[in-house]
Amino acid sequence: MGTLHTVNKSPFQNQTLLSCLAHAKDGDAILMIEDGVYGATSGTTVSDALASKSANVTLYVLGADLAARGIDAGRMAAGVTSVDYEGFVDLAADHDRVQNWL
Amino acid sequence: MKFGIVVSEGPYQHQASDSAYNFVKAALAKGHEVSRVFFYHDGVNVGTRLSIPPQDDRQIQEQWTKLGKEHDLDLVICIAAAQRRGLLDKNEADRQGKDADNIAEGFRISGLGQLIEMGIQADRTITFGD
Amino acid sequence: MSETVKKFLYVNRKAPYGTIYAQESLEVVLIGAAFDQDVSLAFLDDGVFQLTKGQDTKEIGLKNFSATYRALGDYEVTKLYVEKESLEERGLTLDDLQNIEYEDEDDDYAEKPSIRLVSRAEMAEVMADQDVVLSF
Repeated sequence: MGTLHTVNKSPFQNQTLLSCLAHAKDGDAILMIEDGVYGATSGTTVSDALASKSANVTLYVLGADLAARGIDAGRMAAGVTSVDYEGFVDLAADHDRVQNWL
Repeated sequence: MKFGIVVSEGPYQHQASDSAYNFVKAALAKGHEVSRVFFYHDGVNVGTRLSIPPQDDRQIQEQWTKLGKEHDLDLVICIAAAQRRGLLDKNEADRQGKDADNIAEGFRISGLGQLIEMGIQADRTITFGD
Repeated sequence: MSETVKKFLYVNRKAPYGTIYAQESLEVVLIGAAFDQDVSLAFLDDGVFQLTKGQDTKEIGLKNFSATYRALGDYEVTKLYVEKESLEERGLTLDDLQNIEYEDEDDDYAEKPSIRLVSRAEMAEVMADQDVVLSF
């Protein structure tokens, strides 16, 4: 079942999230972890890019990294699902491969 | 599922080794196998036994050594990256004429082939880095 | 060395010299060549800078490892996918990159280019086709 992509940097620091979005295929999943979780917040300059991809790619964020950074559920963009580390493991197992965007 | 993990950044400087550790713990808790954890680039520095982190913070190297022992994990440090950065076991120190070694318990130094072999043998390979 | 043959993709997105990732990822490729897997390299975003001609590191004092890319053919690593859009964004064309070739033993050892210029969409297809993706 497609690729699980991970992004661990803020989209305001570098282009990694945008590059990942541009390469992800229909049916893939993108999981934002570490500083990447900032990409999942609403009302930012990347919100549109994220929203336009959310029809074809499933978007996830690692809840533990949100909590660490004081980002509460209310600030998350629509269409992004929070998972814990066990959810991360499940996503990795359920997809054919994992591609970590570094 | 058999997971192969790569840690490619050093302890404390990046969150990589923590994310990897948390992932590995979760995978093991779910009954999966972690066939190897391969430390590359600055990740080799996770394996120093000489670190003295502040007491009120996580002890990264100790956590890995303990987890490795509990679950019989294969914690492999890349020899090329380790030599560059001064992470040695006793054999390497003797071989290279260095006056000390610093590898922590539970880690072993080996070649990059171990990374490729891990990729071949694991069902999923995941890299935690910068 | 191994019965299983998997498709390995080494993803390069960073420029050379400012960090060690480009150089140490090449070291993995060279060692990995001994394992007879189906190897491809991807150069996208700033990774395309790794392949430019005329790198001269004398004054910065770092090792110039750019010649190693030209040796990849000898290790049977012959698929270097370079992303067109990444080149264009950076004002580069194929002409700015080194000439990297391999000898095709199935075609009378004819010299062929190892660099495969692909669009972003084609690069996505290459990525989706792999078994193991290693990023540096």
